[in-house]
Amino acid sequence: MSLGLLSLIVLGLAGLGFFVGRSRALAVVGGDGRKLHSLPSYHGQSVALFAALPAFFVFGVWLFVQPILIEGSISATIPDSVIPEGGALSLVMADVRRIADGLEALVQAGSLTEASIAQLSTGNTDIRAMLAAGGVALGSDVPQAVLVAATEYRTLSGAGRLAMTGLVLVLAVLGLVLSLRRITPELRARNISEAFVKALLIGASMVAILTTVGIVFSLIFETINFFKMYPAKDFFFSTVWNPQFRGGSDLGILPLLWGTLYVSFVALLFAVPLGLMIAIYLSEYAGPKLRGLAKPAIEVLAGIPTIVYGLFALVTVGPLLRDYLAQPLGLGTSSSSVLTAGLVMGIMLIPFVSSLSDDIINAVPQAMRDGSYGLGATRSETIRQVVLPAALPGVVGAILLAASRAIGETMIVVMGAGAAAKLGLNPFEAMTTVTVKIVSQLTGDTEFASPETLVAFALGLTLFVFTLGLNVIALIIVRKYREQYE
Amino acid sequence: MSDISFPKGAHAQKSLLVLDARTRKRNAAEARFRRMGLVAVTIGILALVGLLSSIIANGASSFRQTFVNLEVYLDPAKLDKTGERDPAKMAKVTTFGYAPLLGRALAQAVEAQGISTEGVSKKDIEALISKEAPATLRNMVLANPELVGQTISLQVLAQGRVDGYFKGRVTMESAALDRNISPAQLEMADALRAAGIITLGYNWGFFTAPDASDTRPEAAGLGVAILGSAYMMMIVLCLSLPIGVAASIYLEEFAPQNRWTDLIEVNISNLAAVPSIVFGILGLAIFINFVGLPQSAPIVGGLVLTLMTLPTIIIATRAALKAVPPSIRDAALGVGASKMQSVFHHVLPLAMPGILTGTIIGLAQALGETAPLLLIGMVAFVREYPGSPPEGFLDPASALPVQVYNWTTRGDPAFVERASGAIIVLLCFLVIMNIAAIVLRRRFERRW
Amino acid sequence: MYDAPTNNAEINVDQNEIKISARNVQVYYGDSHAIKDVNVDIAPRTVTAFIGPSGCGKSTFLRCLNRMNDTIDVCRVEGSIQLDGEDIYDKRVDPVQLRARVGMVFQKPNPFPKSIYDNVAYGPRIHGMARNKAELDEIVETALRRGAIWNEVKDRLHAPGTGLSGGQQQRLCIARAIATQPEVLLMDEPCSALDPIATAQVEELIDDLRTNYSVVIVTHSMQQAARVSQKTAFFHLGNLVEFDDTSRIFTQPQDPRTESYITGRIG
Repeated sequence: MSLGLLSLIVLGLAGLGFFVGRSRALAVVGGDGRKLHSLPSYHGQSVALFAALPAFFVFGVWLFVQPILIEGSISATIPDSVIPEGGALSLVMADVRRIADGLEALVQAGSLTEASIAQLSTGNTDIRAMLAAGGVALGSDVPQAVLVAATEYRTLSGAGRLAMTGLVLVLAVLGLVLSLRRITPELRARNISEAFVKALLIGASMVAILTTVGIVFSLIFETINFFKMYPAKDFFFSTVWNPQFRGGSDLGILPLLWGTLYVSFVALLFAVPLGLMIAIYLSEYAGPKLRGLAKPAIEVLAGIPTIVYGLFALVTVGPLLRDYLAQPLGLGTSSSSVLTAGLVMGIMLIPFVSSLSDDIINAVPQAMRDGSYGLGATRSETIRQVVLPAALPGVVGAILLAASRAIGETMIVVMGAGAAAKLGLNPFEAMTTVTVKIVSQLTGDTEFASPETLVAFALGLTLFVFTLGLNVIALIIVRKYREQYE
Repeated sequence: MSDISFPKGAHAQKSLLVLDARTRKRNAAEARFRRMGLVAVTIGILALVGLLSSIIANGASSFRQTFVNLEVYLDPAKLDKTGERDPAKMAKVTTFGYAPLLGRALAQAVEAQGISTEGVSKKDIEALISKEAPATLRNMVLANPELVGQTISLQVLAQGRVDGYFKGRVTMESAALDRNISPAQLEMADALRAAGIITLGYNWGFFTAPDASDTRPEAAGLGVAILGSAYMMMIVLCLSLPIGVAASIYLEEFAPQNRWTDLIEVNISNLAAVPSIVFGILGLAIFINFVGLPQSAPIVGGLVLTLMTLPTIIIATRAALKAVPPSIRDAALGVGASKMQSVFHHVLPLAMPGILTGTIIGLAQALGETAPLLLIGMVAFVREYPGSPPEGFLDPASALPVQVYNWTTRGDPAFVERASGAIIVLLCFLVIMNIAAIVLRRRFERRW
Repeated sequence: MYDAPTNNAEINVDQNEIKISARNVQVYYGDSHAIKDVNVDIAPRTVTAFIGPSGCGKSTFLRCLNRMNDTIDVCRVEGSIQLDGEDIYDKRVDPVQLRARVGMVFQKPNPFPKSIYDNVAYGPRIHGMARNKAELDEIVETALRRGAIWNEVKDRLHAPGTGLSGGQQQRLCIARAIATQPEVLLMDEPCSALDPIATAQVEELIDDLRTNYSVVIVTHSMQQAARVSQKTAFFHLGNLVEFDDTSRIFTQPQDPRTESYITGRIG
C-alpha cells in the first residue's frame, strides 16, 4: 500500500471519528447539549485526534527508523570482496538500494514475478541488462553477493512496510474505538483538544531550535570529516587556495578570508557614511514631502534581491570601473574586482544602515536635543556633538550588523568579485571570498566525499561562527546602550 | 558663592541684531552639513535609479523577438511514409527530417519576393532560421498529425545572431569575425525584413518556453523557472505560514518566562541573521544527503526557503499579536472562554492583516533568494517542465533567480539580455506582491 | 490667605531698568490661539515667577523668551518681545546668539552623556568663549561654583554627568546654562522632578543666582513662587491675568481669578 493511501485512510478514519464522536456526545445526553462539559465538536475533535495522532506518530517514526535498521543489518552481510578498490561500503549499499528499487519496479510493471526473483542469479541472467530495461542504470555488472543483498533488502523492506501498515491501521482503529467509549457528559473534551493543540504549538516553536541544531550538526559533522582528510592547521593558516581535481590541493582559508574582509570593508566604507548621513538628513532636516518620497525610495533598495545587484555589478558597474578607472590608471584589466563587488554591496547596505541608524537616532531623547538648543547650539552642532555621541553604541552595533550581512553575502560577490583567490591590495583586481568558494566547491564536479568538496562545509562553519559572533557582539553593545536611557 | 565672577573674554554686550563673525562661521558649517545630507540622499536615489534603468535598458529588448513567417508545406512523403498519420510511427522522423521543409519554405518565399540571393548559399539562407524551429514544428505535427499534406502558416524563431542584429547587439563588423553569421547573411536578413518575411513581434515564448542550450539563446524561456518558483512559493506558503503562526502564538500567548523560552527566542533572532548560503548547506546536508530527496527538486528548495522565511513570519506575527490590546483578551476570558478560545476566536482574526502582510513580504524575500538554491543543485539545466503537484514537487526544476544566474554564466551576450529580461519579470512579481502587502495593510489594519 | 513671602536680601534693582519686555504677544499652535495679549516686563537681577493652573500657557510663553518654540513647526508668535530694547523675533536675529544670552533649565534634568566637565564646557566651546584650556577650566569652575555643586564634583570632573543624583544633575544643568554667561535664566519647573531636599537646594541656589541674573521661573507650586520670587505673573487660559510684586499677588490680588487660584478654588 502506498504511503499516500495509508495517510489518506488514517485521515479518513480521523474524519469519521470526528462526526461519530460529535453525534455520540449528543446522544449520550439525549440531545441536550447543555449537559455536556464541552461542546460536541470538541468531543469530535478529541476522537479524531486520538485516532490520528498515535497512528501518525508511529508511522513517522517507523519510516525514519526502518531504513536505518535494514541498512545496518544488510551492510553487515556484504563481504569485503565485493567492495571495489578505492570505493566504500556506502557506494555498494547505494547499489543495493538501487537494485532493490529496480526489482520492485519490474515486479510492478509485470515483467518479473515474485517467485522468479527467488531464482535470480548472476549466473543465469544478465541482471544489469534486465534492470536497464526497467529503467535502472548501473555502473558495472552485479556481483552475486550484491544481488543476494538486494533481494534480501527488498524482502525486508516489504515485510517491514506490511508490518507498519498493519500497526498503523490497528492503532488508528483502536484509538477511534477507545476514545468513543470514553465519551461521557463530564469528559473534559475541550481540555484534551486544547492540550493537543498546545503541544502542536510547542512543536512549531521547536522548529527554530531544530533548524539551528540541524545547521550546527550538519556543519560540524562534515567539517570533522573534512579535517580527517586534510590537516586543520593547513586549512586555517595556509595562504594558498588551489584545489586540484586529482588531489594534492592546497586549501587554505586565509586568501578567502582576506577577500571577504576586503570586499566587506569597501562596502562598509561606502555604505556607513552614506547611510548615516541619509538617516540624519531625513530625520532632522527633511520636510515631510521629501521624507515621504526619499524614505520609501531608499527602502526599495532593501527589497531588491541580491541577484539583481549581482547582474548590475557584472554587466554595468564592472565594465564601467574597468573602462573609466582601472584601465586608464593602469591598475587592472578585469571587470570583476574588489571595488566592483564592494561598491555594489555598499549600495545594497545603504538602506540597512540607514534604517538602523534612523531608529537609533530617534531613540535619543528629545530632552537632550532641547538641552543643546537651549545653550545656543546649531542643529549640526547638536547632531555632531550631542546626538551622535549619545547614539554611538547603537551606531557601532548597526555597523557590526551590516558587516555581518556583508560577510555572508553571496550573489554579489559571485558575479562581481571573480574567482581568483589571492592576498592582494589592489582593489581593481579580482579577489574571491569565502561564500564564492562555498558555491563553487559544492556545485563543482568533484566527488562529495573528497576534501575539495567537504572544505565547503569547513568554510560554511567558519562563516556561520563569524557572523554569529558579530551579531552577538552587536546585540550586547546595543543592549548596553539601551540601558543608558532606561 | 554667587559673587564669583567670570573671567574676561566672554561674549561682550553685543547687539542681537548683528551676527557676529563666529555665528556666521557656525551657520556656514551648518549649511555645509545640511548640504552633505542632501548629497547623500541624492546619491542613494541615483543609485536606485541607475540600477533600475540599467536593468531595464538591458532587458526590455528581450520581450520582443525576431520571427520568420513561412508557408510550410508538410510533405507527407518525408514525414509520414506509412500514410497512417500515426504519431507513434511518425515520431521516427527526427528534426533532421523537418529542417529541410523549413529551408524550402524560406527559399520559396525569397524567390516569390524576388530577393537576390547573391553572395549567400542555400545553407546560409536556411541558417537564418533558429535551430530550435524544426523541433517546434515536429512537436506541432506530432500533436496534430492531420496537418500532414497541408501547407500551414508558421511563425518560427529567427537565429540568435539575426535577432541580435535587429536589436543592435550584432553589427556588420562583429559579424565579419563571427563564426555563426556573416555580413552577407545579415544583408539578406535586412532584405527579408523589408519584404515582411522577417518580423519583430512580442516574445510570449519568453514566459512559456523552457530553457534552451547555449547556442540557441533565441529560444530560451522562463517557463520552467516560473513554474519551479511557483511550486516553491506554494510549499513555502503552506509550510511557513502555519508553523510560523503556531510558533508565534505559543511564544506570545502561552510561553512561560523561563530559560527554554529565552532559548527559542534567541534562536529565532539568530536564524534571522544567518547568511542565506548556510541554509543552502543545511538543505544539501540534511534534505538531500540525509533524507534522500532528489536534487534540484522544488520540494527541497521549498523546504530550505521555508526555514529561511520562518523568522520573518514569526517576527511579523508576534508584532501583529502584540498590537492587539489586552482588553480584547480580557473581555473574552471574562465571558468564560478558555485561553485558547480567546486566542483563536478573537486575537488571531484581529491580527490577521498584520500576519498576512508579513507573510507576503516573507514570500517576496524568498522569491528572490538565489544562493541556497544553487547549493541544492538548481544550477542544472532543466528542459522539461516539472509535472503537476504533488509528484511535480519531486521533478527537477529551476527557479527565476537561479535561471538568471545560469544565463549570466553563459558566454553569448544574448543571454545577458535574457537575464535582464528575467530580472524585470522577477521585479514585476515583487512589485505586485509588495503593493498587495501595502494595500492589505492600508485597508485592513486597525489603529487601536 | 498666605503669609507674606519672606524674601531675603534687598538687592538694588532699578525699577526702571527692564531686561525683557513683552508687548501684545500672541502665540498660535496651528489654528488654536494658545497665548493671548500678554504684556509683561522682566527686571534684571530679579526672580520672576509664572504661576497658573496646568495648560494655561506659562511654559509656552517661557519658551518664547528664548525662541525655543522655533523648533515646533506649527507654532507662530506675534507681538513684540525685546531683550535690552532689541526685538528678538527680528529677521536679523539668529536664535543661536540669543540663546547664549538667555539660558534655559528644563523640567527633567537632562545632562549630556558626557563628563561633568564636558557638560559644562559644551556651551562655552561652541560659542568660542575661551581662548585656551586654562580659560575654559576657569569658566567651568566658576559655573560649577555658581551652580553650588563645585565642592561635590571637583574631584570627579571627568566622571559622567549621568552618574549624579537627581538634585545634583539639575544643579549641573543650571551650571551648564550659566557657563555661557547669559543675562537671563529661564527655568521651566526646575524642581518638579526632584525630591524635597534637592528642591530646597535648588531653591537656595535660585536665590543666590539673582545677584547676577534675571531669573524667570515657571512653577506649578504657589508656595515655591512665594518662597523664591520677587515678582509674580499669574496666567490663566492663555491670558496674563495679573502681574505684580509677589507679596501683593499673594496678599492682595486684584483680579478675582487670581484670588480663586491662590485660595485653591481653581487649578
